[in-house]
Order: sequence, then structure tokens, then C-alpha cells
Amino acid sequence: MLAEFGYGILLVSFIVTLYSGFAAVIGVRNKSASLVESARRAQLLTFPLISIAAGTLIYLLVNNHFEVSFVYEVTSRSMPTYLKVTAWWGGQAGSMVFWAWLLAVFTSAVTIRKWERDIEFLPWVIVVSSVTLAFFLGMVVVFENPFTRYWSMNGSVVTSMFAPSSAATVFTPQDGQGLNPLLRHPGMVIHPPMLYLGFVSFVIPYAFAMAALITGRNDDRWIRITRRWALWAWLFLSLGLVLGGRWAYDVLGWGGYWGWDPVEIAAFMPWLTGTAFLHSVMIQEKRGMLKQWNMILIILTYALVIFGTFLTRSGVLSSVHAFANSPIGPWFMTFVFLTLIASIALVIKRWPDLRGETEMKSLLSREALFLLNNLLFLGVLVICFWGVIYPLISELFTGQKVTVGPPYYERATGPLFAGLLFLMAVAPLSAWGHSTLQTLGRAIWKSAAIAVAATVAIFFTYTQNVYALIGFFLVALVLSATTHEILRGAMARQKAQSENFFIALGRLMGRNRRRYGGYIIHISMALMAIGILGIEIFQVQTQGQLSAGESLDIGGYRVEYREVAQWDNVPQEVNYTRAVVGVYRGDKYLGELYPRKDMYFSGQPMSIPGQYSTLRDDLYVLLVDWEPISSTSATFKIYVNPLVNWLWIGAVTFLLGLAFAAWPDRDPADEPVRRKVHAGNRQTSAAD
Amino acid sequence: MTETNTPNAPKRGVPLWAQITIWVVLAGLLALVGFGLKRSSNPMAEVGQTVPDFDLVFYEGYEHNGTAKMKLSDLRGKVVMVNIWASWCKPCEQEAPDLEDAWQLYKDEGDVVFVGVDYVDTPEGAFGYLKKFGITFPNAPDLQSNISSILNRQMGVPETYLIDREGVLRQIKIGPFASVAEIQSFIASAE
Amino acid sequence: MKQLLKNRTLRVTFYAFLLAALMLVTFTTVFAQDTTPTDDEVNAIAKQLYCPVCENTPLDVCPTEACHQWRELIRQQLAEGKTEEEIKQYFVDNYGARVLSEPPRTGLNWLVYILPPVLILAGAFILFRSFREWSKPKAVESGEGPEEEAGTSSDDEYIARLEQELKNRK
Repeated sequence: MLAEFGYGILLVSFIVTLYSGFAAVIGVRNKSASLVESARRAQLLTFPLISIAAGTLIYLLVNNHFEVSFVYEVTSRSMPTYLKVTAWWGGQAGSMVFWAWLLAVFTSAVTIRKWERDIEFLPWVIVVSSVTLAFFLGMVVVFENPFTRYWSMNGSVVTSMFAPSSAATVFTPQDGQGLNPLLRHPGMVIHPPMLYLGFVSFVIPYAFAMAALITGRNDDRWIRITRRWALWAWLFLSLGLVLGGRWAYDVLGWGGYWGWDPVEIAAFMPWLTGTAFLHSVMIQEKRGMLKQWNMILIILTYALVIFGTFLTRSGVLSSVHAFANSPIGPWFMTFVFLTLIASIALVIKRWPDLRGETEMKSLLSREALFLLNNLLFLGVLVICFWGVIYPLISELFTGQKVTVGPPYYERATGPLFAGLLFLMAVAPLSAWGHSTLQTLGRAIWKSAAIAVAATVAIFFTYTQNVYALIGFFLVALVLSATTHEILRGAMARQKAQSENFFIALGRLMGRNRRRYGGYIIHISMALMAIGILGIEIFQVQTQGQLSAGESLDIGGYRVEYREVAQWDNVPQEVNYTRAVVGVYRGDKYLGELYPRKDMYFSGQPMSIPGQYSTLRDDLYVLLVDWEPISSTSATFKIYVNPLVNWLWIGAVTFLLGLAFAAWPDRDPADEPVRRKVHAGNRQTSAAD
Repeated sequence: MTETNTPNAPKRGVPLWAQITIWVVLAGLLALVGFGLKRSSNPMAEVGQTVPDFDLVFYEGYEHNGTAKMKLSDLRGKVVMVNIWASWCKPCEQEAPDLEDAWQLYKDEGDVVFVGVDYVDTPEGAFGYLKKFGITFPNAPDLQSNISSILNRQMGVPETYLIDREGVLRQIKIGPFASVAEIQSFIASAE
Repeated sequence: MKQLLKNRTLRVTFYAFLLAALMLVTFTTVFAQDTTPTDDEVNAIAKQLYCPVCENTPLDVCPTEACHQWRELIRQQLAEGKTEEEIKQYFVDNYGARVLSEPPRTGLNWLVYILPPVLILAGAFILFRSFREWSKPKAVESGEGPEEEAGTSSDDEYIARLEQELKNRK
């Protein structure tokens, strides 16, 4: 009964969404304000509707309604309630409902805002979000219905939404299969929703961009309205990526956090275009340039978001074959291409109207450096996209299956990331409009001197590896240049206002949060780069079989095997094998670690490393194998991951900086639009 | 409020060559993904079609009538049952004894040939497996996964393919056989 | 020496010494061939290979039984004295090019290495051309100087002044 109810609600929301889109189009054509208003209300209605459907699904999940196939697949009686709730996005059908629900939340939030000044955008924003929402709801209603049930008929069990025949009865399995244990980790519980939040929030700037294109309004209004959306989208996407990395490091047991797997790259690609977009919209805001380019970036981001959703939705896809094994594959691709074609056609149509206002005065101006930054980000994107798509090309044309793995990506993107670090140090010091080598040189020479000194110190104390030294030099340059820039501003304010230094610093940053949030993010990127350099260049590993009392030496550590114990945890449906090892650094005893091998009754193994974590390095001990009966010996794989903690420190700093920059104060749309000093002064606004 | 462009700004659209490039690249991508989708959902060999030819390089001791290397087409005129397996595959172990028993029923007639194809495996694992189940019918490694990419839907091992006397694929069995009788009726469908 | 060598015992001792010296020289290689290769030696190669049946899992971290067998295969081939290249080639011959972490640099595969740099260079070229186009001063706006722009960057009037000040200080 409940299943039918949930499905019915989904169907109704699908129809309402379709209506909302059509009503908006017809309303704007016939200049009927009431029809547009009706579309807006229909749009608002989708949120409560999908919430009810989602609530029904959660009710079924929590109350063990295993006759529903989705519930059977992702939950089991032994799972705690909170995991049953989060199992909502643990499978494909549920995660698509989740996606649709988030989109409904965001579009509702957008449609209830004040529209007076931008009323011409409203119908088109509704159209774009309705089309997207309708697509996802359509997929859910037709192909990936989370409410499908099991029916027993003539002795066999079939899955169907409604009774396949009058003789069929609902079949309820005793217990569900349960969520894949890998997905039970807290990181994995919140990683997908963060990614999805990021993905879905990018739909809003895209919808406004399309509205601007369709209405032909070519000012930067759409950017001002949505820049905070874009920042939050970026925040969530980044958070999702970081959590995914941390989850991989803690649970997957291969001593790393990022494997350049196609699924990871699919989530990374919208991040790349999103980052480029966040930088290049600043040029449009300050200088009125690059309108065309920003449109292209947001369109690309949107397309990659849908593509990424498709690839990552269930967390298990990694091969091109997975495209075909699901009926929604072709539909997703069709949708991506249709929206791409429509958007590109619009951009081409409006291209002349979108021409920039300003000219470029200097190759070293801030805007020129931002463009270089865009080039590098897009370069990384090209490498990633090509790496993901190439195996398909190879199989089609030569029949040869190939892997494009980490060595390819690392070699190809390494120089680009180095270039980005360099720009990160230099660009904030250059001025909008005009910079020369002299002004830039004057601004940076102190920081450069500090960075050189740091690099020399690293050369003598830590490493002689050339790549590492280049990397550390760039990191030091970013850190010193950015800190210098912040301190310089604070000191100038301190002098001018005769304030206490810290008050001056606080007010300076608080008054211009996007800029200083950005600086914090740059610093955090440099910190993360330290971690990445550490693990990429200096990671060492060893493996060996030890008898009790024997030890392995690696990277200054000594790991001594003590014992191994094995027991069942029946409620959790898992068998634990836990080893105890003692860790020494030199002669100093540091304590015990407990690397674990969990074997779920379902047959899914999981390796939980024992970690001894310091700022200098991580000792990462994996239990690989053991003698089952005597437990006299066990095989360990041990990594030493130097500096990797800086990655997580950087990630936390990053999120703080981003929250600092994106935290809402006034509605940015209500801020008076600043007057352009430059280029014909055409930027007017209602507030002026 | 809506702005117009500065009158003296040149109104230039996207150059034609750029437009053409964009659409061609997009069409290319679409074709590529579409083609990829289509191909991965349809295997190269479909039931009712002639199976593309492939090489068989048999394991030592598991040749076909003493021939170490042959093509599938050399077996025209005989019913060929290709069984794809691997030593690391647990379900394969279920059907292995049945397959060997069934082979004992057909081998003397010479009209039906069993060919085991060992999918990505180590020689040691393979010989261990063949010995463990006392397999005597011809067996060959699936070099470069060539055979399975011609036949296989990539649903995993074991899979069994029945090719009739004309070289036409007649039936596919995904997953292990449950009994000798099932294998017999499977083969009978080639008649 | 010759006389000494005539003495049978001494001769034997001499050859024994010679042999010992030779063994000492070749000790490392002999040692490597005689004993089972260590896990680290196996992993060094396994790290560069991908599990042929799983998606995107390097062989050194893949936990399945099949991967365990492949690691043993590497160990066995190392024990037979095969080089890293030979072992990799063996895997390619048997399981196809997908076991390599990168496409082999032959034929069509060159595309994977050539296309991204070409596109990036093309992007750089377009960007550079656009720079040149943009830097052509437009007649109407050419009167404006850089002083005016220095203050444009900030929401806050105050920050604008601050920036100006910083600039003047230099």
C-alpha cells in the first residue's frame, strides 16, 4: 500500500514538474504573468511532493519492508537505524530520488526569492530546473523505481511495481542483503550527499545563465545572483571529494587517497570547470570581460555534473560496460547531449551580444593571469576527459582494451598543477588592468627570497629530489606571498586607522571576505600540495611475513608483530581478524597498532589499516595474511606516507576558508552593484 | 535595465570554422559514446549469427586430437561447445565434474567437441584446476581475452556457447550447469 | 707458483679460493636467484600492473584470490630469473594491454599522449591571440590611465583606498 502511495506521489511530482516547465514556456510566450505564476507555484509544489515520496521511502527502509526490492538490496535487519536512513542514497534508485529531492529543495529556495528586478529570468530559470528535475523524476518513474516490489507467482519471484497478475501475491524476503560494508564507513555515509549537493547546486547558476542567454540580457546580473550558489556548490563538491579521499585512505587499504579511477575523475571534472568558473566570473564582475567564456564554463560544468552523476551515482561503476548494463545509460547520455546542443546553440546565437567590454592592457594584469589559470584548469580537464574516454576509443577502433592509470595522469597533470601553484602565488599580487614586470617583481621579491631560502633549507635537510624541490619551492612561494599580502594589508590598515593589528586584520578580512577567503583557500591548497608531494614522491612500502616477536624496518620505524586474534561479530555480520603490532621509532617505543581484516559474512573483505599519524609522516600498517590456526605468523604490508597529514590539514583549512568566503551576510543580489570606473561606465543598476 | 552593446563594438559572431568544429566534435563524441553503448550491450556474436573466427592455442596435454594450434573454423562440421572458465572462479568448480562426465558421453562419437577456454588465469592455477577435476577435453588459454571479447557478454565466468556445424552460434548459457542432463539438452539444441 | 700448484692439495685450495672469490663477486645475483623473491620485489612489479579481471585495481593491492595467484606467478617468474620487462610482456601477451597502467606507445595509442598537449597548446595559442586582439587600444577608451583601475577591485571603498596606499608606498 505504502509502496503504491510513494510511487503515486513520484508520478504526481513528475507530472507537476512537466506542467511547471510547459506553463512557464507558454506563459512567457503569451506574456501571461498568471501562467508564469502558476508555473512558479507548481515548481514550489515539487519540494513537498518529493519530500513525501522520500519520506515514504525512508519509512519503508527503516521498517524492514523487504518486499520492496530497493529496501531488500540496501538494508538488513541488523543495520542500525541511521544507516537504514542513509541507505536512501546507498543504491541507484534511491540516490536518484535523493538527487531529485535536492534539486527540488534548491529550485524552491531560488523561486521564493524576491524577483522584482529580475522577473524576466524567472520563467526560464523555472524551465531549466524543471527540465532537469523532470529528467531525473522520469528516470525514477520509468526505469529506476525505488518502490518496485517482489511478487511470487507460480512458484517464482518477479519484481514489479504492480501485481503482475491477479494470482500474484507480494513476496517478502526474511531479511535484506544489507548495505555494502564498504559504504558503511561514516565518510561514505556523507560523501555521496556532499558530492550531490555540489552537483545539484551547480544547476542553479546554469539555470540563470541559460535564462540570461534566452532573454538576451547580457549584463553580469546572473553571475551576481548566483555567485554565492556557485561558491556553495564548490564547497560541497570539494567536501565530497575530500571525504571520498579520506574514506579511501581509511577503508580501501591501498595506502593512498586518490587512484585516478574513472569514477573519481568523473566527480573531479565538474570541480575543475567550477574552479575555473569561480575565477573567471571575477573578471566579468570587475572588468566586464569574458562573458562568452563564462557561459561556456557554466555549460561545461552542468554537462559534467550530469555526466558525473551518472558515473558516480551508485559508487560501483568504473567501466564503460556499466553504461550499458543499466537501461538509464542511453537516456543519460541523450540528456547530456541534448542540453549541450541546446546550450551551445544559444551561446552561438548570442555570441555577438556577449562580446567583452574591456580591452586587455597587459599580459601580467590580474585578468590575464586569471585567464592563464583557466587555461591550466581546462588543460587538466582535457587530460582527465581524454583519459577516461580513450579506453572506449581504443576498444572501438582496435579492439584492444587498455587502462589509463595514475602514471599517465600524474605525468600529464603534474606540470599544470605546478603552473597553477605559481599563478596562485603571483596573481593575487598583480593589479586589475595593469601590471608590469617591475610592479610584479617589486611585489614578489621578498616572498621569492623567503621561498628560495626555504627550498635551500629543504635541499640540505630533507631531500635532493628535483621534482620535490620544485614543488616545495612553489608551495613556499604561495605561502609566503599570500601571507605577505594579507599582513601587508592589515599593517596598512593598522597604520591608517590606528587600530590594534589583530583588529585591523580581522576587519580587513571581514570586510572583504571573498577575497580573503580566497587567500585562505590558496594557503590551504599549498598545504594540501605538501601532503600530495609527500605521498607521491616519498611514499615507501614493504611487505613481509613475521613470526611473533619478529619485526620489519621501514622509514625509521620498526614494526614488531605480537599476536593476532579472530572473532565473529554476529549482529554486525562480520568476522574480525585483528593483529597487534608494536611500533618503535629508533629505540623509542611508540605504542601498539591494530591493523584489521574484516570479512563480512556476505564475502566482502575490508582492510582497516593501523595508523600512527604525525605531521612528519603516517605509518600505515595493513594486515595482509595470517596463519589461521597457530596464528604464529602474519604478513603485513606497511607504508610510510610522509607529510600526508598536511593534505588533511589543508583540506580543513580549505573548507574553513571557503565557508568564510561563502557564508551568507546580506543577499548578494541586494548589494548595490558597484559602478564600473572603466570602459564606458555602462554598468548601471537600480540601486545607483 | 537591459543593456545594449556599445555601438562601436564590432558585432562579430562565432566564426564558421569554429562552429563547424564544435558541432563536428560534439557529433563525434555522441557517435563514439553511442557506438560504445551499443556495442557493449550487444556482444560481437549473437545467437543465430556466424561466430567470427578465433585462434585456439591449446594447453600442453589438452590438445584437440594432438593438434596444438587451430582455428575455430577448422572445427566446421562439428558441434562445438565453448566453455569459458577460470581457476579462480568458484561457480566454475560446480560444473566442472559434470562437464567432464558429459564429455565422456560425446568424445567417442567425434561429432561434438568440447573446448574449454581459460579466461585470464595463471598456467599453474589452470593446470591445478584441470588436474583436480580430471578434465580431459581440449582446453586453451584465452590469450589477451580475445575469445571472450568475441563471445562473452562480460557477465563473468562461467559462460558456455554452443556453435553448430555451420559455425552459427546457437545458444548461450550464463552461469554454471546444474547437471549432466542439462548439458545434454543444451547440446541437443544444436541439432 | 707453478711448482706450488703442482702440489695437489695446494691446487685444490687455490681453486677453492678462486671459487670463493668469484662467489663473493657474484654473491648478490646468485643470492637473488637461489632464494624466493621477497614480497617487496614482487610488489615492485605488481604495482605497475593492473588486475586483469577487476576494474582499475593495481595488482599489488588487489585482495582477491585470483590476484594472489598472479602475484605468485610474478614471484615464480622472478625466481626463474626473468626481468621486469619480460614479466610485464608475459602479462600483456596473456591478458592483453589493459594490465599495463598506461596504454603501450604504439599505433592509435599515441593519441592518448599527443592529443592533450596539442589541445592545451592550441588553447594557449588562442588565448595569446585573444590577448593581442584585446590589447589593441580602442579609440574611445584610450584616454584612461591605470591609476583609475587600481581602485576598481574592491567592494569596499576603504579597501580601495588601502590598495592605492599600498601602491604609492612602493
